[in-house]
Amino acid sequence: MLGLVIPAILSGLTTGAVYALVALGLTLIYGVLHIINFAHGSLLMAALYAALFLNMRLGLDPYVALPIVTVLFFCLGYALQRWVVDTFSHGRDANILLVTLAISIIIDNGALALFTSNTRTIDVPYAFDMVEIGPAFVPLPKLVAFGAALLFAGLLWLLMRHTRLGTAIRAVAVEKRGAELMGIDVKHTYAMCFGIGTACVGAAACLLLPTFYVTPQVGYAFVLVAFTTVVLGGMGSLGGALVAGLLLGVIEALCGLFLGETLGQIGIFAAFILTLLLRPAGLFAPRAA
Amino acid sequence: MGRLDPGGAVAALVLALCAVSPFVLPSDAWIGFAVNAVLISVLALAWNVTGGFAGQMSFGHAALYGTGAYVAAMLQVRLGLNPYLAAVAGVAAGAGIGAAIGALAFRYGLRGSYFALVTLAFAEVLRILASSFEITGAGSGLTLPYRPGLAQFQFPDRYAAYAFVLALCLVALAATAAVKRSRLGSNMIAVRENEEAAAAIGIDAFRVKLLAMAISGAIAGAAGVAYLQIQLFIDAPIAYGSLISVEALLGPIIGGAGTLLGPILGTVVLHIVGEVVKTGIGGAPGLNLVFYGAVLLVILRFLPNGLMGLLGGLRRPARTDAATRPAEAP
Amino acid sequence: MLSVQGVTKRFGGLLAVSDATLDVAEGRIVALIGPNGAGKTTLFATVAGFLKPNAGTVTFRGERIDGLPPHRICRLGLTRTFQIVQPFAGLTVRENIACGAHLHHAKRRDALDRAAVIAAQVGMERMLDQPAQDLTVAGRKRLELARALATEPKLLLLDEVMAGLIPSEVAEIIPTIRRIRDSGVTILLIEHVMQAVMSLSEEAYVLNQGRIIAHGTPAALVRDPAVIEAYLGHGAAERLHASHAHA
Repeated sequence: MLGLVIPAILSGLTTGAVYALVALGLTLIYGVLHIINFAHGSLLMAALYAALFLNMRLGLDPYVALPIVTVLFFCLGYALQRWVVDTFSHGRDANILLVTLAISIIIDNGALALFTSNTRTIDVPYAFDMVEIGPAFVPLPKLVAFGAALLFAGLLWLLMRHTRLGTAIRAVAVEKRGAELMGIDVKHTYAMCFGIGTACVGAAACLLLPTFYVTPQVGYAFVLVAFTTVVLGGMGSLGGALVAGLLLGVIEALCGLFLGETLGQIGIFAAFILTLLLRPAGLFAPRAA
Repeated sequence: MGRLDPGGAVAALVLALCAVSPFVLPSDAWIGFAVNAVLISVLALAWNVTGGFAGQMSFGHAALYGTGAYVAAMLQVRLGLNPYLAAVAGVAAGAGIGAAIGALAFRYGLRGSYFALVTLAFAEVLRILASSFEITGAGSGLTLPYRPGLAQFQFPDRYAAYAFVLALCLVALAATAAVKRSRLGSNMIAVRENEEAAAAIGIDAFRVKLLAMAISGAIAGAAGVAYLQIQLFIDAPIAYGSLISVEALLGPIIGGAGTLLGPILGTVVLHIVGEVVKTGIGGAPGLNLVFYGAVLLVILRFLPNGLMGLLGGLRRPARTDAATRPAEAP
Repeated sequence: MLSVQGVTKRFGGLLAVSDATLDVAEGRIVALIGPNGAGKTTLFATVAGFLKPNAGTVTFRGERIDGLPPHRICRLGLTRTFQIVQPFAGLTVRENIACGAHLHHAKRRDALDRAAVIAAQVGMERMLDQPAQDLTVAGRKRLELARALATEPKLLLLDEVMAGLIPSEVAEIIPTIRRIRDSGVTILLIEHVMQAVMSLSEEAYVLNQGRIIAHGTPAALVRDPAVIEAYLGHGAAERLHASHAHA
């Protein structure tokens, strides 16, 4: 029994780290802009295709492509918030949700029309390299993804705590009007934030690609997991998203082990619905008075 | 009150012309398109009760639609029940699942984006369940035995099917109009505009929202049953897929949430745009949906009250910021 | 009619209302006054069921209502208004009022007719078809009052219906409130405009830092040293008295 459970947990942790990285982007956007970005998963899908084509056309290894895709998606995120989400929603909450939904419909179906629904993968020489950890073998790329996702989480934390930009972002998150009066450019800060959040999916895509596949629908599955992670960790909490991402990876792996592949996904949604109903402020939030 | 404003009259006239067009200009492609557009209009009318009147934006109306279709299908295939009785059960199941989701979500005070997310999650759970168990046909879905004839609630041709969905759409329209002009409708609108103020004037917001979900569920369930009886087939991605949830909300938002004709107008316009794209640019799958997304963006940017707002005679925003305030922590 | 006994409301460590006791007799206009942050609106919200008291009881027409949800309390005949008015922005004046009138009138027609009658009572008969969001501050205050009145309350809790109005508008709304009382509705009001309190209410309670510190006629209260200190700060009564003695 244990011989199955421990590898499942380890595999879950490595998947969970990537979930966490995707969710970090989403929770950052929620925490500051107070919007649920429906297009987050679609952007991940787009980033997977970007990494895929950099590999197929230019022969770039996904790890080499990582900085390129990350910067590219930062710019894309910045532009999306500044010139699409903000402009088209007139800043109204309900409309923001719908604008991001519209963006996700366009990206998802645009990909479907351009790339068809074929599942694509890339070949990397190290795809099947295994690392022995205790009783289990873990694929090297998954271990790399795990380490890199944690590294990105750490960098994000440093950025938020120890840079001028981080201070500005936190100020805007807490008190938008006040920050504006202090001379912070709120629109720019929002867009930076959206850009950083989108850069997270750019990085996550490059870490995923060696062991994962790409289809136009792949974003939808991820965005639901990312929502779950964000809600579980407490909307807007970076640390919460990290822990919740790892936890969900493990839950999914264990449910998959005991319930089978399809039903295994139920575990995530059950966690999602229960958290929304019982602890909408997240698992780690102090109970409100 | 009783009189129709000029904008409403224009919308009604355009829709009436569209409605009779398949009979006037018979063509295989056109009738297939028309059946689908009217069926989705019924679903849009269902969404409008919760999203438009009561201000609770659902991203998972497939849960209500799919449950209606699946319950009617299971009763016929597994128990050999009379299709008409199965249809009634399907409508009831739609209302029941709507009320159940509403009861859970509203009991715990979920609003705005949180409500959107939880409805989406319920639809996904149902999709996975439907594709996992034998009783729902698992991955291969359920096919009704082919027994043509109205006695078995199956249609001899597409024109009969079209006449049926058209009648269903008119019934749904009449039902939502009756709701809107009733005390319940007034209470829904009060809850949408401001829940706290509604409570202060004696409105039980929980009960009102629950009823909205149940009514919406019944109508959405009826749309699901209609799909089943026309296609004689249902599977998990068709019944519970995110596309259905998205289509349910696109029509009302584009046409004008909270208005009577808006959901139908929006759905019809959207489907015509999709059809034009298909014939004009080519049939790459997904391309019509790209345009759906683009139309949604344009409407949000330039017509905050939807097409009905453009036609005039419509009052202020149906969607207010108050409706999306995040839920308070428990 | 309304009896509040020892009501206490805490928010975390903050004691917003502490052991408040007050009574409102039928047919009266009673004022609840006090400096900013005294806990007046919190006490209102607790009485109307929007907040649950940590201790104490609220009795309305012989029935315990503390802990009941707001819509139930409203159905018993106790309706509150909000200091920050909350009109249903997407509706017209008539439809706004009809939302309240629906409480006792199931038919749409009846509710709309009733709304027109109520609108006339508060002087809005010419604004029936205006969208609520186009109203001026004074118009919104009247609408808030009308919508509450449409629920046909026995007791009306008015939270600063005159705040933000210019003196001429205050002068207009005072007789409106008096007429509402004369039609058989008991009124408890929170007010900052002392002119209104003096001319409207027969008795007043003074709330300071969550406690009821005085009760009496408005004329007596403005001379009460404890009340003056609450408004103007420690030692103010003495200084005021001294300056009067010099004059």
